Amino acid sequence: MEQHLITLNDFCVYHQAEHTFITSLQDAGLVEVTIVDKTTYIPESQITRLERMLRMHDELEINVPGIEAIFHLLDRVEQLQNDRQSLINRLRNYETD
Amino acid sequence: MAFIDYYQTLGVAKTATDDDIKKAYRKLARKYHPDLNPNDAEANKKFQQLNEANEVLSDPEKRKKYDQYGENWRHGEEYEREQQQARQQQSSRQQYGGGGFGGGYENFGAHDFGGEDFSDFFQNMFGQRGGAGGGRQARYRGQDLNAELQLNLRDVMESHKQTFTVNGKNIRVTIPAGVENGQTIKIAGHGGPGTNGGPAGDLFIKFAVADDPKFKRRGHDLLVTVPLNLYTAVLGGEITVDTLSGQVKLKVKPETQNGAKVKLKGKGLPVYKKEGEHGDLYLTYDIQIPTNLTDKQKQLFEELAKS
Repeated sequence: MEQHLITLNDFCVYHQAEHTFITSLQDAGLVEVTIVDKTTYIPESQITRLERMLRMHDELEINVPGIEAIFHLLDRVEQLQNDRQSLINRLRNYETD
Repeated sequence: MAFIDYYQTLGVAKTATDDDIKKAYRKLARKYHPDLNPNDAEANKKFQQLNEANEVLSDPEKRKKYDQYGENWRHGEEYEREQQQARQQQSSRQQYGGGGFGGGYENFGAHDFGGEDFSDFFQNMFGQRGGAGGGRQARYRGQDLNAELQLNLRDVMESHKQTFTVNGKNIRVTIPAGVENGQTIKIAGHGGPGTNGGPAGDLFIKFAVADDPKFKRRGHDLLVTVPLNLYTAVLGGEITVDTLSGQVKLKVKPETQNGAKVKLKGKGLPVYKKEGEHGDLYLTYDIQIPTNLTDKQKQLFEELAKS
């Protein structure tokens, strides 16, 4: 499948973000980047996630360990929400009309 | 249009300093920020209220006006109208407004999370995104939009396209076969427009799949109760049952018990994103005991009971 890549530089210029911030997110395993011919690219699939982290950092002054903890918890929240929805759907089978 | 107590929204006293307001806003924003509360409409609403309160109270000019007129803001509106007329007359000589934001602290997220959608109260008092203070010209991603699409069980039998209107725009989306009730799909770039050239937000469509009066759903399997007359249950025979994909003829074994289950393989719902795969249909027999028996029938049952 074709994958669109955006250079790290373009992303940083567009969002007025610092390269070091993205690098620290990468070091923490929170985003994946691709390096082609010594140029760092961000896969399109990572952009929304990365923008979210950037907002947390810029707007809420949350540092990288904080973002890591939040994303871990948000993943769990999402899983719980899915489980809850699935249980609601199953419960509907036992509701009397 | 009700008066909004912005001090109460931020939980600060009227005597609060700029720093108190900044701290209170930041604290509450961390709690209600949409990135920390995905799919939570209440938190989003609360966050908008916080932004609105901060927009007013963090701007000395707006705060002054708000404090001055407070609950009597309607009079303030009249006053402003008069002032505006006066300004228009002198517009060639005067440069009004411009800058006023103190301290360099900006309210954040107002643009990207529906901050445009300030209350009527705000817009009456300060106009659309009120006058002074523009802050940075950063590009903001547009607001994510949420929509709910009502479907019935038969609608999810096969993928189909449907057109609906979101924010005045017609959007044609493919409803994938087998979607679950409560499942959400994201349509990237179809949310609110970005600000200052920022990208558009995403559109999230949540599917509300209504219950079917006959078939119950369990994942991609379907459950149905089939009434079966006593004689067919005892002696066996052939019946016709409804499935979501049409009628099916089925052999009933002799001496079938009440509550017995039969699986019809592949007659359930399509499996989401797995073309050609279907769940199963589970039939549960509900044996009907005959009523209003004639004397002759009763006699025959008695004979059966004795045999």
